[in-house]
Amino acid sequence: MDMAGWLRQSAVMPHDHSDHDHPHSLLPPEPALRLKALETLLVRKGLVDPAAMDAIIDTYENRIGPRNGARVVAKAWVDPAFHAALMEDATAAVSELGYYGRQGEHMVAVENTAKVHNMVVCTLCSCYPWPLLGIPPGWYKSDAYRARAVREPRKVLADFGVILPQDTAVRVWDSTAEVRYLVIPQRPDGTEGLDEETLAALVTRDSMIGTGLVVSA
Amino acid sequence: MSAAPEPVFEAPWHAQVFAMTVHLNETGLFAWDQWAQRFGATLARHRVDRDLDGGEDYFVAWLETLEGFLAELSVADAAQVEKLRAAWEEAYLSTPHGAPVRLADGAVG
Repeated sequence: MDMAGWLRQSAVMPHDHSDHDHPHSLLPPEPALRLKALETLLVRKGLVDPAAMDAIIDTYENRIGPRNGARVVAKAWVDPAFHAALMEDATAAVSELGYYGRQGEHMVAVENTAKVHNMVVCTLCSCYPWPLLGIPPGWYKSDAYRARAVREPRKVLADFGVILPQDTAVRVWDSTAEVRYLVIPQRPDGTEGLDEETLAALVTRDSMIGTGLVVSA
Repeated sequence: MSAAPEPVFEAPWHAQVFAMTVHLNETGLFAWDQWAQRFGATLARHRVDRDLDGGEDYFVAWLETLEGFLAELSVADAAQVEKLRAAWEEAYLSTPHGAPVRLADGAVG
């Protein structure tokens, strides 16, 4: 069952705990109860449509994710015209591939080279290019990453297992509600003959945030 | 790629509070930058006490921001929400295990 269906079911069916004999339904955690109260109120006021919420969850659970960004990166590697268009105006270039929408209104592509390594953070909260990468991972939202990425990017990269040559500059981009960044990682050596689809499968989420490198299979 | 993908949301309510916020923004109740400013402020305030790990506590901060923002916009009065929360709690506690949980008819709101 997908998350939306599961949520719909969990909204009416108490959790199954066969190891205890509960006389009544298990109470959801406190924040879930507060959210339920908020939802009840807003549904009554006609401000929230539960079906629309389910559709949003389904989209982010199942339809949007880092595979989108990986296709963009692979295309940029093999198609010089697309590469040029992407670097010129990323929002327009990825829109033509069908990747647009919320949190993707102004996207900027930053390209890694032997001289420069880019990484992305949001020091304010967790701004992130949703249409290309989906919902950010937990560590992207953590205080530790948000504070340290700017202060000591090389140490953060080392924590991710990324060791760069000393003469490679590290550039950290701070996302905002207006501008979101996509890192175009370096294409690994030995992938010259691979087609776009095979290349896309090599591109990891972390490599598009700048906390990983792409390696050939 | 052998590792199973990480779940997008760790708990159902994380997904629900996210979806509700996106939905309310889509219907025009507020602009996303208004949301981001308030959420950033909540995160900064929480960080004074402890380091946030980006999981449960991130969504607790998210919910707190949404509650405050909706009260600020006069669409969800805090006292009204608290009454409904208590009504839901009562509904869970008084519903036999295995039966659907529903608010009593005429529950406060």
